[in-house]
Amino acid sequence: MKLTLVTGLTGLLLLGTIVELLRRRQLREKYGMLWLAVLVVVIPLSLFPRLLDSVAGLLGVASGVSLVLFLGIVFLLLVCVHLSWEVSALEEETRTLAEDFALLRAQIDADRAARDELVSSDG
Amino acid sequence: MVNGKRTLIIIPALNESGSIADVVGEVRGELPGVDVLVVDDGSTDHTAAVALAAGARVAKLPYNLGVGGAMRLGYRYARDNDYDVAIQIDADGQHDPRYVPKLVDLLDDNDLVIGARFAGEGDYNVRGPRRWAMVMLSGVLSRVAHTKLTDTTSGFRAANRRVIEMFAGWYPAEYLGDTVETLVHTARRGYRIKQVPVAMRKRMAGTPSHSPARAMIYLGRAFAVLTLALIRR
Repeated sequence: MKLTLVTGLTGLLLLGTIVELLRRRQLREKYGMLWLAVLVVVIPLSLFPRLLDSVAGLLGVASGVSLVLFLGIVFLLLVCVHLSWEVSALEEETRTLAEDFALLRAQIDADRAARDELVSSDG
Repeated sequence: MVNGKRTLIIIPALNESGSIADVVGEVRGELPGVDVLVVDDGSTDHTAAVALAAGARVAKLPYNLGVGGAMRLGYRYARDNDYDVAIQIDADGQHDPRYVPKLVDLLDDNDLVIGARFAGEGDYNVRGPRRWAMVMLSGVLSRVAHTKLTDTTSGFRAANRRVIEMFAGWYPAEYLGDTVETLVHTARRGYRIKQVPVAMRKRMAGTPSHSPARAMIYLGRAFAVLTLALIRR
């Protein structure tokens, strides 16, 4: 009973945190949806930890709790891979931005040099 | 100038080199006194060059940001260059620029005016999940905005100075956020929204996607975006 209380409260706390972050626009929609979907699975499991025992039996896993642990690690690994992918895309974007910025500066410098030359040859 | 107001037409374009010249040409022909800004949303074709040759001002994004990203750039341009009215038009030619003066007229008493497809006009016919999504969106958004809205995902809209100022600082880049979430946000802040019926034309180039699976995904995402927009501040 005590355990159910601890796990259930943790799940609800997570849900509250994510909804509040979404409400304050601190999380983009795609990540918010991902974490809300996770909580839809996690909260029933935190209230009834034995829920997956039958599925675990079918898969040859001794207890539902071990199955949850296994699936949780697989899921976290996938999230890590996804974040690495996102960071790679971001790095590529900042690289493009830096290049654009340098090209613009080169263009402005060239324009200014051409104008200065024109002014000095006039005077 | 349209009815004495400095007007900017913003056209977000992604790989529309096939139609952008005609769209820009038509807008400039029908509305001689307006400025046209094409925001090239990271196209891989010659959209920017074609638009420039057609007489538009062009802002080229270094990579794709989505319609919302392109539109915020457009609204920032409108704010920084002191326009009275900013009007979004699609780059595929489905919006008729002859409706623009009508939209601008309605801005006298409203802050955001939306050009909405006629019910039953033309051969625009939606069925299945896409239709349910449209019904859900228009029902909920009409309630939030206290006015009848039937075409909530329309990309034909006119904004006055107050709304330009708001959109220049905040405009979501997420899918459907540029239409649905902006409507909720605008209505919640007390701005007056009004829709005006317009006839839509067939797209000049490209084809819209039709598949039942995609339609179901669209319905799901529309529901998620709407729910999120309603709980957000």
